[in-house]
Amino acid sequence: MSDNEKNLKFLDSHEWARDDDGVVTVGISNHAQELLGDIVYVELPQIGSNVSQKDGVAIVESVKAASDVYSPLTGEIVEINEKLSDSPEIINSSPYKDGWFFKVKPQNINELDEMLDSDAYKKLSEE
Amino acid sequence: MKATYLNSKHKDLGGFMVDFSGWEMPLHYGSQLNEHNEVRTNVGIFDVSHMAVFDLDGEKQQDFLRFLLPNDIKKINGQNKALYSPMLNYEGGILDDLIVYYLGNKSFRIVSNCATREKNLSWLSKIAEPFNVGIDFKSDYSILALQGPNSHKFIKSYIEKDISKFSVCNTDDVMIASTGYTGELGYEIICDQEKGIKFWNNFISNDVQPIGLAARDTLRLEAGLNLYGTDMDQTNTPYDSNIGWTIDLNDIDRDFIGKNALKEKKDSKKILKGFYTEERGVLRGGAEVIFEGGSGVVTSGTWSPTFKKNIGFCRVDKNCGEIGSAVLRDKKITLKFSNTNFLESLK
Repeated sequence: MSDNEKNLKFLDSHEWARDDDGVVTVGISNHAQELLGDIVYVELPQIGSNVSQKDGVAIVESVKAASDVYSPLTGEIVEINEKLSDSPEIINSSPYKDGWFFKVKPQNINELDEMLDSDAYKKLSEE
Repeated sequence: MKATYLNSKHKDLGGFMVDFSGWEMPLHYGSQLNEHNEVRTNVGIFDVSHMAVFDLDGEKQQDFLRFLLPNDIKKINGQNKALYSPMLNYEGGILDDLIVYYLGNKSFRIVSNCATREKNLSWLSKIAEPFNVGIDFKSDYSILALQGPNSHKFIKSYIEKDISKFSVCNTDDVMIASTGYTGELGYEIICDQEKGIKFWNNFISNDVQPIGLAARDTLRLEAGLNLYGTDMDQTNTPYDSNIGWTIDLNDIDRDFIGKNALKEKKDSKKILKGFYTEERGVLRGGAEVIFEGGSGVVTSGTWSPTFKKNIGFCRVDKNCGEIGSAVLRDKKITLKFSNTNFLESLK
């Protein structure tokens, strides 16, 4: 596990989240991209839209299957990763860095504490 | 779970192993897209030893095959050739699809699908009995498929002379046939496991990319080749499955299983068509397709690595026209109907 990964929080539905000074970046885990295989389409939320915790706000589709991506927190979408539209394969090659999906400005940053830490997520994904 | 004799090789090569009809098989070795592209532009090697090999024995093998199959084995009479055919029940429903290979010496070999192994063994044995033909299930044989435009370079040292499409070369208990499931130039190699492992090691050490089942599926879909159990099954006939051409009625005196039933099913309203769309998102098997005056269903759908768009097969009415639509994630998308062979229709 990389240092980068250790500092992330996870949902059991395979999203990761990272707090960057009050704005939370969200992506999908390395385990999730491995399960999906080669990713070919991504649908991202609208900037400015309000989302609730555990809402399906994005869709990731591989050659094999389509899957919802849930927001770990309630808040407003303030940025999306436009690069993913033309180069969704970035999610496969760099799930924790260049392959992020969206950034959300949370109403309540404490919702992050409800998420799994990297050790707990690792345990879950190895089951 | 069952495993082919190359199971540990797949794992050593980083194969992502999955359960495929009770067999532990490699889905991919890292990237199914890279594997797909490698077969389209260069060469790749598949382990398909989970498929079933049946060797026939007896004097009346040809008579048996002419009764068993709608395609007429007499076509390849005495030539070292292979013949594709569905295998039907008496109602004209498709039990499986297979390839028959002529091995020389009045002997034939059948290669059929994995999920139907046991069923086929009992069906073949039952039909063969009155012909005094023996069915030898070579359940531990090796089947490798070397596919791609550069495949000839890697196979030429094993074959005496160049073999044209659907030809068979059978020497020293190694059968090499120019058949495959990718739409590319390619060869299938059938032999015992000891020899199979040598072939595999030789190709891998010469940097031939191993290819998993995921790329096998996208390759066959682009090439317009049906997958049994997905695009057709016992509820379908060759007529509604785009393989009506396999029903050979030239010899009016020949009887074969399903012949009578097919007479009534010839004017089937349904056909299997290709479709593609420029819109984002992949329509998958089971999705409903709408066209003017009716509806149909997607049997297989994928994102095409070669054409970079959503392609698939659907079973629709004959008069479906050129344009259809479907709903994907609450959004209406427009489809174009086409020939199922996308390597032709989209090139």
